[in-house]
Amino acid sequence: MTVPFDYRAPTTLAEALALLRDHGEEAKPLAGGQSLVPLLTLRLARPAVLVDLNGLDELRAVRREGDALFVGALVRHRALERGEGALAACALLQEAAPLIGNVRVRTLGTIGGSLAHADPAAEWPAVVRALDGAVLVRGPGGDRAVPAGEFFVGALVTALRPGELIVGVRLPALGPHVGFAVEEFSRRAGDFAIVAAVAVVELAPDGTVARARVSLAGVGAIPQRLPEIEAALAGQRPDAETLRRAASHLDAIEPEGDAHASAAYRRHLARVLTARALVRAAARAGRRTAA
Amino acid sequence: MTELTVALILNGRPCEVRTAAHRTLLEVLRDDLGAMEVKEGCGEGVCGTCTVLLDGEPVSSCLVLAPRAAGRKITTVRGLGDGDRLHPLQEAFVTQGGVQCGFCIPGMILTAYAFLRDYPAASRDEIRRAIAGNLCRCTGYTKIIDAIVSAAAGRGAGGEGAAGG
Repeated sequence: MTVPFDYRAPTTLAEALALLRDHGEEAKPLAGGQSLVPLLTLRLARPAVLVDLNGLDELRAVRREGDALFVGALVRHRALERGEGALAACALLQEAAPLIGNVRVRTLGTIGGSLAHADPAAEWPAVVRALDGAVLVRGPGGDRAVPAGEFFVGALVTALRPGELIVGVRLPALGPHVGFAVEEFSRRAGDFAIVAAVAVVELAPDGTVARARVSLAGVGAIPQRLPEIEAALAGQRPDAETLRRAASHLDAIEPEGDAHASAAYRRHLARVLTARALVRAAARAGRRTAA
Repeated sequence: MTELTVALILNGRPCEVRTAAHRTLLEVLRDDLGAMEVKEGCGEGVCGTCTVLLDGEPVSSCLVLAPRAAGRKITTVRGLGDGDRLHPLQEAFVTQGGVQCGFCIPGMILTAYAFLRDYPAASRDEIRRAIAGNLCRCTGYTKIIDAIVSAAAGRGAGGEGAAGG
């Protein structure tokens, strides 16, 4: 049982936005509930009004938009894990989804909810950041497309303004020359990662790196892109030694230590996991290029 | 505070409950519908003890608010057998000695049931990963995994639609 609240179940986005506007800070939107419901039962969140978004079919859409893939905010982790239909255009989603929580979290949890919650160790923020995705939001001021680099502001803090809801996320479709990998380490299965590394490697026709993108979760309050590594790899042959050397740039990062892991251990994990992710992403890009 | 009527199907039986919206499915199942086979563990979605199937998929019933169960099919461990006979997966827990204190077993069996339905030929390793979100406080995992492995397709007891034999 949680603190009592008024429960509203709008059936359209317009209705949901009106409820959030009318009730202001008293209201809290509910998506999959895998982070919010524990906060409710622990009394860490005490909204007077709960606006249940699960009836908003318009937030469940998945579609190709030219070179991009639109994923509605209410699409659940399990659907992303299965990667059927249009979702195949961005198979990195299918790689990352099984790493989330446990199967029960994946049954109900949503990509929009995860992005809005903005846990520093969560997978989707790091994935969307690696892909330079855009978080599409709608609110009293109209529609906005917020680049991932601006959406995450701090631990559990986003650029969402009062009354705004995430409608979905726009990600690039990954072409045949693009390989990707997610590597993470947690002490127990299903725990949030201590550090997670996402690598996306695009090869040129001559087999050199046209573009590498790397982001990390768990080394700061928000997902970190690693421009030094990305620059170091551009134009290089993606052999294991080069990729590992590029990952050693991470010896210079200064993560904060906490009860789960010291700063030195997080730095070590960041380097090792990034190297593994780059090696696997480059190998996959090579196979796809050859195919 | 909102009160509402939630109609759901519990193990094939249509039920209707008048409840406050801020109660959980776990509370509705145990306190209103008498489904005491659903156990409360951590109450935070971590331990897997309160697992039920919501339209066939495993969820933590402690993290489902009552209104979210409206119109859905809920399966508890009691819904797997046919009333007199245990489901082969349950039978496997008996024959393999998979049960110690038993508290985690309803959730464990439901998670394994949904997993074997989707991956009937799963390996022992895949089965270990599949139940990683269900904690056994007796730490009796070896026998639990033995039971699930023996119920997987082609390994003896056989699940629904499994090769058996």
